[in-house]
Order: sequence, then C-alpha cells, then structure tokens
Amino acid sequence: MATADDLKFQEFDDAANLLAANPDATTISIDEPVEIPKNQHSHRQEPGREEDDELLGTDDSDKTELLAGQKKSAPFWTFDYYQTFFDVDTYQVLDRIKGSVFPVPGKNFVRLYIRSNPDLYGPFWICATLVFTIAVSGNLSNFFIHLGKPTYRYVPEFRKVSIAATTIYAYAWLVPLALWGFLMWRNSKVMNIVSYSFLEIVCVYGYSLFIYIPTAILWIIPQKVVRWVLVVFSLCVSGSVLVMTFWPAVRDDNRRIAVATVATVLLLHALLAVGCLAYFFDAPELDIPAPIIPAHNGTTVITKSH
Amino acid sequence: RVQRAGSGGGRGQFPGLADVSISQDIPVEGEITVPVGSHSPDEDYSTLDEPVKDTIMRDLKAVGKKFVHVMYPRKSSALLRDWDLWGPLVLCVSLALMLQGGSADSKDDGGPQFAEVFVIIWFGAVVITLNSKLLGGTISFFQSLCVLGYCVMPLTVAMLVCRLVLLAGAGTVSFIIRLIVVGAMFAWSTLASTAFLADSQPPNRKALVVYPIFLFYFVISWMILTFTPQ
Repeated sequence: MATADDLKFQEFDDAANLLAANPDATTISIDEPVEIPKNQHSHRQEPGREEDDELLGTDDSDKTELLAGQKKSAPFWTFDYYQTFFDVDTYQVLDRIKGSVFPVPGKNFVRLYIRSNPDLYGPFWICATLVFTIAVSGNLSNFFIHLGKPTYRYVPEFRKVSIAATTIYAYAWLVPLALWGFLMWRNSKVMNIVSYSFLEIVCVYGYSLFIYIPTAILWIIPQKVVRWVLVVFSLCVSGSVLVMTFWPAVRDDNRRIAVATVATVLLLHALLAVGCLAYFFDAPELDIPAPIIPAHNGTTVITKSH
Repeated sequence: RVQRAGSGGGRGQFPGLADVSISQDIPVEGEITVPVGSHSPDEDYSTLDEPVKDTIMRDLKAVGKKFVHVMYPRKSSALLRDWDLWGPLVLCVSLALMLQGGSADSKDDGGPQFAEVFVIIWFGAVVITLNSKLLGGTISFFQSLCVLGYCVMPLTVAMLVCRLVLLAGAGTVSFIIRLIVVGAMFAWSTLASTAFLADSQPPNRKALVVYPIFLFYFVISWMILTFTPQ
C-alpha cells in the first residue's frame, strides 16, 4: 500500500469504522443542506451559499434569505433573475412609500425598509405615475388658467408626455448610476462602513419621487405662492430621505467631498422639481394686459393680473 | 367478448375494466374496449378541406363570443383559454383612427398621433403583462395581452359616443356628457379586466397588479376625453 493511498482513504476508513462501531450515530453530510423543506424551495441554489446566508442571519423570513442568495445565482439572461427584483408584497410597497413620505429623522430609508430586498416595482411604477400625473396636471392647469381668454382653444399637448417620460426616467436611472459609480470610486480610496448596491440607490431615488405625485396634482392651483410652497415642502421631504440615506455613505470621507456630494444630490433633485414646474405648468400671470374684454355673450369680463 | 375468469369482486369498483380480467389459469381472449371520449367533429376531416367561409365564421364567432364576455364580465375561462389577438388589433386600430383629426394648428400641441396611440396601447399591455408575470402571476403572456386588449372595447365605444356628441356641439353640456360616459366606460374596462386577471395572481400582490391596469385605462380615457375636433 502506497502512502498516498493511505492518506487518501484514511478518512473514509475512519468514518466507516466509526459508523460500524456505533451504527446509531447521526451523520452529517457537508455536501447537502440539512433542512429538507428549504431545499425544495431553492433547488437551484448552490449549497454553500445557503449556509452563508444563514450565518448572515437577517431577521426576515426564510424566503428573504433564500432569495438573497438566489439573486446572485440565477444567470442574468433568465426570467427568474428579474423575478427576484419583484419579490415584494402589497404591504411592503405601501410601507416603503410611507417611509419616503414621512421620513423619520436619523433612520436610514435603505436600512429600515429595503433591507437587502430592493425591488424594481416601486421605482418603475412611481416614475410612470409621475410622468402621467405631471402631463395631465400641466394640461389641466393650463386649461384653467387660460379659460377666460376668448382666443384660447384647448389643446391636449400630447407631445409633453414623451418629454416628461424621457426626463423623469433619465433622472431616476442615470443619476443613481452616476452616484453609484462615484460612491464605488470613493469606496476604493476610503474605507466606508456603509455602501449601497446600484439597485438600492435606484430604489431610494424611485421611492423618494413619490411625494412629487400629490405635489404635481396640487400644482393645478394657479397661485404662484402656493406652487412655490409646495416645491419647498416636497423638496424638504424627499431631500431629507436622500440626505439621510447618503450621508452615512460619505461621512467617513474627506469633509468637503462629502458635503459636495450631498449638495449635488439635493441640487439635482431641486432642479427636477423646478424644471417640471416651469416647463409643464404655465405661469399664473396673464401675459395679455388687456383690462376689459367684451365676451361674446354680452357681459364684460375683466381679466385679473396678479 | 371476453371470458370472465377470476372473482367478480372487482366488478363494482371498476366498471370500465369489468371486461378485463387477469388470470393465470384460463387464457383470456377477446377484445378489450377502451372507453373513448366523444368524437369532436374536427377529427372527421382536417380543417384544410372545409370551405373558407366556415373557417372565417368560426374565428369570427370566437371573437364575437369574447366581445360578449367583456360586455358581461363573468369569471369564465373561455376568454383565457382560447386567446386571440384579432379583437385587440381591431379595437386598437379603430380607436387610433378615431383619435385622429384632432386640433392640429401646431403639431406640437395636438392630440396623440396614430403611432403614439398604437404604441401606448401595445407597449402598455406588454409592460403590464410582464409586470404581472414578474410578480408571480400564472397567466401566460398572450392570454394576458388578449384580455387587456379585449377590455379596451368599452373605451372604444366611449370614443364613438364622444365623437357623436361632439358633432352636436362642444360646449359645457357636451363635456359633462362625455365626462360621464368616459368615466363609466373606464370603470367598466378596469373592472372587466380585473375580473379576468385577478385570479391568476398571488393573493397578497393583487393590488400591485391591478394598479398598473388602472393607470393604463386611465391614460387611454384621458386621451379620449381630451379629444377636441378641428
């Protein structure tokens, strides 16, 4: 018998001997996961990864643990890979929306609500709703503003829908991409405790845009003061969600870079709000200075200018 | 004819197999008749040989039956089982055609063009189907497209009514009539498609699937309501 053979087969021999000596001993095979029910759910998962997930020990249900691993294992050209980004229930989406509208000071949106289960449902459909809300509200507001003018004929302005869609989807996807790239670059230079994946950043941005939906509806009111108060209010709410998310990620960095990053995030957000207000909603002041215009039914109409 | 060998105890339990018995002693001979389902008429001759009128009438009848299903939405699986996209195509094209001829003094401010309506309806239906499948729905891709397309029918009827009302006049009264008609048809469309699609979704995600359908029909209703003739 060669020495190599001895070394190779010795382990088996020991196990076999032990088992022969004590047939009732429980044996654990390292190659297969121990719990059978879990195995039925995750038959596509690599066995080693499941143990890693158990060690990480999130306090969510079993399903989240499985899917946290499944996210990495399904190849990106299969349908199931994308299905992992839509693994949210109704109450979870509502919770996340609530968290973006009522930001708790000091609590991180990503840590509190997303918790390694970022979804694409929220960002996509909130952006879609926002696009149509802005287009429809802008149209309605222009209609009400110009209603008294005799030369005004209503136009649907459908072209603005595609412009709104391009703007909002570009903002909701390209800015997170840039921010993620920037954070990755800083991460390579400075060791940050907190780092976000690209999908989590998209998630935060998507849910933070939710407050703009009721804001856009309220922008129909043709008062300049009301509109600007709404802009400031919504900017505060969604801005605070973004700041509380991203400040911990850049806090450990050089002071000036950290402040500049957060300031840029807020500036772009403000630019989006102000730009939408300026482009889609006409100004409430009437441009034509004609004081009295006889209407076609005989009564005189006095146009007010604010 | 089969010689019955063996005990007759199993006769009551398996009446279909009463003619079949296995015995080691006596050889069994005869014919075993396997119960066959009713012959469907299509098996008598291939559909290539039938007159063209029959083929067209069969498809038209299927499309018509689905329109009736949309008008009186009940939980029936006929709409889902035999999907076809003829109905949605006809509805989409007629809706897009009726939305033409709107006010167009400046091309940027006018209503949606034909291509825009077409793209919104088909792309919207595809996105909603993908959304429901990604959320774990069990419905197939084309079945969902079929249902969403057929449920555009109430809105097409609303468009027809709007155009007729606008022929009479374009004042406030006509606007209120149009608003009521479009609102009612929008609710009908959404409820009809939800009735067909809701069962195939996981129970705790129904609202997540229904909301995009609501948004889809809302956008179409908005296009119909804001149509202003030249």
